[in-house]
Amino acid sequence: MSATEKARIMDEEAMRRAITRIAHEILEKNKGTEGLVLVGIRRRGVPLAERLAQQIEAIEGRRVPVGSLDITLYRDDLTLRSDHPVVHRTEVPFGLQGKKVVLVDDVLFTGRTVRAAMDAIMDLGRPCLIQLAVLIDRGHRELPIRADYVGKNVPTSRRENVKVKLRETDGEDAVIIAEIG
Amino acid sequence: MKLASRDILSLEEMPREDIELILDTAHSMKEIIYRPIKKVPTLRGKTVVTLFYEASTRTRTSFELAAKYMSADTVSIATATSSVQKGETLKDTARTLRVMGSDCVIMRHPVSGSCHFLARVLDIPVINGGDGMHEHPTQGLLDMFTMREKKGRLEGLRVAIIGDIYHSRVARSNIWGLGKMGAKVVVCGPATLLPPEIERMGVQATTRVEEAVEGADVVMVLRLQLERQQRGLFPSSREYSRLWGITRERLNLAKPDALLMHPGPMNRGIEISTEVADSPQSTIEDQVTNGVAVRMAILYLLLGGGEEK
Repeated sequence: MSATEKARIMDEEAMRRAITRIAHEILEKNKGTEGLVLVGIRRRGVPLAERLAQQIEAIEGRRVPVGSLDITLYRDDLTLRSDHPVVHRTEVPFGLQGKKVVLVDDVLFTGRTVRAAMDAIMDLGRPCLIQLAVLIDRGHRELPIRADYVGKNVPTSRRENVKVKLRETDGEDAVIIAEIG
Repeated sequence: MKLASRDILSLEEMPREDIELILDTAHSMKEIIYRPIKKVPTLRGKTVVTLFYEASTRTRTSFELAAKYMSADTVSIATATSSVQKGETLKDTARTLRVMGSDCVIMRHPVSGSCHFLARVLDIPVINGGDGMHEHPTQGLLDMFTMREKKGRLEGLRVAIIGDIYHSRVARSNIWGLGKMGAKVVVCGPATLLPPEIERMGVQATTRVEEAVEGADVVMVLRLQLERQQRGLFPSSREYSRLWGITRERLNLAKPDALLMHPGPMNRGIEISTEVADSPQSTIEDQVTNGVAVRMAILYLLLGGGEEK
């Protein structure tokens, strides 16, 4: 499956602004950092959660815990894939009981990843609430799930692919829309 | 990322890439064992059968826990209480399990090569849980996983395997697996318990335990299989213990940070002294935990995906 780049909809500066805004929104909605934890969904949700934590620390002067979640084992479509997704480690080195968990991911699409992530979170503990922060919401939901914090809404067609590139994983910050050929 | 083979039958046949994939996947699976809720929904709706023609506690339990942690259903068949006693053949037993809807069979059998036979008659994955004197691939994998976890690598390690090499399927799987991963293996035991021409498997062989242990990164002690010693291949367990038993003095010849491994169950005071079995160098309990992680990885890689797209 080839994909040709159609448009760059976010650069480093735009991404920085979006993350700063989401950090403020998280603090406003949760009235500070009390009981707040961030959990990034592997892979690209993890560096995004880390950046949000840095922003929150810059604003409030308090560090919130960051964990990373691998949802491979929670997927409901394993048998639909011809290949096995690689399992990575889940590292949530703090209790989730009674915490306000903000799940962080790069792109919100069908909602299946987020559903799997919520199942995984529930297996680790019982938070008092779960919120969702995504950099891009591209629509096409297959489940009744919506994000609490969105960096950018990007209406796309199903023939298009949204690719988030991050410095930590891809060497640059950019969001690209590609046409699947 | 997919295993080259549908079955796990032997490490002699398993490509190096598959060994690496299983060990890497097991690394991620281990975290689940330490969770308060040890359950992920990965294999929901799958049925795993353990078919054991020989006694086993840890291998069978380990597979069953691995399957249960991933939400598969398990059925355990001990042949002592099954239709096998009425004369049913292995082929018919296996086919019955298949048509009842099982998705994977894990078998232990006293006859070498029986798992290969089973894999030919069944169209679902077959995992060898130990076949006669041939192989015990999942034990070999969990041993390698433990070594890699503690030492950070397998390449270049000097591994001494001490005991009844002749009857040991654990030794064979480790020899093939470790050889593929670039470790150097020395085997040691009474001359009557060393298979002839064992060097052809790429190992060094000796009957002097001090020579085998000296400078080793890993000392793997095998269980003296008393049930297989009817023919009198060594004079007495007391003499065995004196000449080949692993004691503190002998273990001191290995590297100071050497690991002491044993696949269990142990005959304390025969092949291993209680002092070293319970020492900080001993990885015996880690091996048991890692066994579950490795078996989770294997079940995930064999059953987690499908060909349909």
